Amino acid sequence: MTPADTKQALLAIDAVTVRFGGLLAIDNVSFEVREGELLGLIGPNGAGKTTMLRTITGVVRPTQGQVRLDDKPLNALPTHQRIRLGLALSQQLVRPLRGITLEDNVALAAAKAKTVRPLRALLHTSSQEELGLARRELARVGIESLATQSPATQPLGVLKRLELARALALGPRLLLLDEPLAGLNSKEAHALAETIADINRQGVTVVLIEHNLGEVLRICQRLVVLDNGRKIGEGEPRAVMADPVVRAAYLGSDEQEARHA
Amino acid sequence: MNYEITLLTTMAISVIFALSLNLITGFCGQISLGHAAFQGVGAYAAAMLAKAGWPFFATLPVAMLLAGALGVVVGMASLRVREDFLAITTMGVVFLFVGVVRQQDWLGGELGLSAIPDHGLGKTGFMGVTLLACVAVALLSIHIRRTWMGRVFNGIAEDEDTMRVLGIDVPRYKLAAFAIGTALAGLSGAFYAYHLQFIGAENFGFIESITVLSMVVFGGIGSVAWVLIAAALLSALPAWFQVIGDYKLLVYGGLLFVMMRFSPGGMAALARRLFNPMATREGKS
Repeated sequence: MTPADTKQALLAIDAVTVRFGGLLAIDNVSFEVREGELLGLIGPNGAGKTTMLRTITGVVRPTQGQVRLDDKPLNALPTHQRIRLGLALSQQLVRPLRGITLEDNVALAAAKAKTVRPLRALLHTSSQEELGLARRELARVGIESLATQSPATQPLGVLKRLELARALALGPRLLLLDEPLAGLNSKEAHALAETIADINRQGVTVVLIEHNLGEVLRICQRLVVLDNGRKIGEGEPRAVMADPVVRAAYLGSDEQEARHA
Repeated sequence: MNYEITLLTTMAISVIFALSLNLITGFCGQISLGHAAFQGVGAYAAAMLAKAGWPFFATLPVAMLLAGALGVVVGMASLRVREDFLAITTMGVVFLFVGVVRQQDWLGGELGLSAIPDHGLGKTGFMGVTLLACVAVALLSIHIRRTWMGRVFNGIAEDEDTMRVLGIDVPRYKLAAFAIGTALAGLSGAFYAYHLQFIGAENFGFIESITVLSMVVFGGIGSVAWVLIAAALLSALPAWFQVIGDYKLLVYGGLLFVMMRFSPGGMAALARRLFNPMATREGKS
């Protein structure tokens, strides 16, 4: 990767290696996420996708390499500061705050400016503005009619959308989606993939980690494929999926069999 | 009449103390097993200053400041490391407090501090001031709950990893809860010192820390109104039944266990279930 490439990238993963004790989870992976794109980060189970995501959000620190947002190194920053720089994460396992309503969940993210420091948060009680924004984000993901309901009584499909709305309420520059379609039936998955594509069309840069290859191929403009912690493919979806190395990794067979297929 | 005034003052001091822990444990979800140490710092600060000739009202802010400062130091040492460290550290702090204070001759050592000067307000006046402070602390608690700070605390108590992902500086908020809670414990300590006019290190030990925790749990972790009621009731118990005095730890420990086992939400949850059986999954009152 040349320095000129990293300058145009919104997010740059630069030769990142992550080692957990003796386990090499990510092995010298580099790629970039360009402004405005919808990038699919795929790979078989155990490929290192989630570790990569955690390296981006700051839960995991890389053993080597650097993660940069707008050319600003993120390695030394804790998760919450990365969020405030413009990252947002929709978690794989939905984790709404169950004691408060859907709109209050989203409003908590929307109150980003008021909650930056405890003292500032202590001086603000009004939530009108945040609730307004929360309603808009809930509408954007199609669940505004449930705004005043408790998450405790909602089905997974709604909670997945709530997770997405909460991430959007942060006003992110880069939205990280960790298997948003997992656990949904094909109709729900199709509809949510459509919502994700819409959000991307509205100008939000998205990194999508997903197992549902059909939907990934349908909505992503570019793919990065990981296997055993290494990057084994990158580029336009059809071309990447036609690559024998990628096919082999996915079919769990060796390359020769893949070539025959 | 004298008896009632003394009892009401005792109750008000306990309520302030319990509400201060409720801010940390109830609002923000951080367990403290050594909260009495911070009350002790406030009590000793007020007592020493009173003996040095300071007027009553001037000792209060200093008691709060010192207790809050110790709270911040303890918080920094434990909150940033790992969440379950806090229970251990705070327990260590209360044993350390008792151990260290006992060895200090200038703090009265084993004998404690006696003949703490009078506040000069008269028994009724002092009761009035204590009750006012009690109301103020309750109102402050209710106010905090309504601010964004309260909403963030609530989120941290439920799921701090999610709050991080929402851009919240979790350790900083915990530290804020700890600073406010320990400062208010210091305030209750100052009232305690003036009320009894005699204090010893063992008045602020592990048993007292468990007692105040059981008040918070019995009332309903997080609920201002019910913690207030529970603290008032439980602090009056030993005065009403002389026999409980000897078995205080057993009674409070048992209460803590029974509540955790049968109604983890305390009396607040019990009342909600009784009056509104359909809405048990709703938020804290």
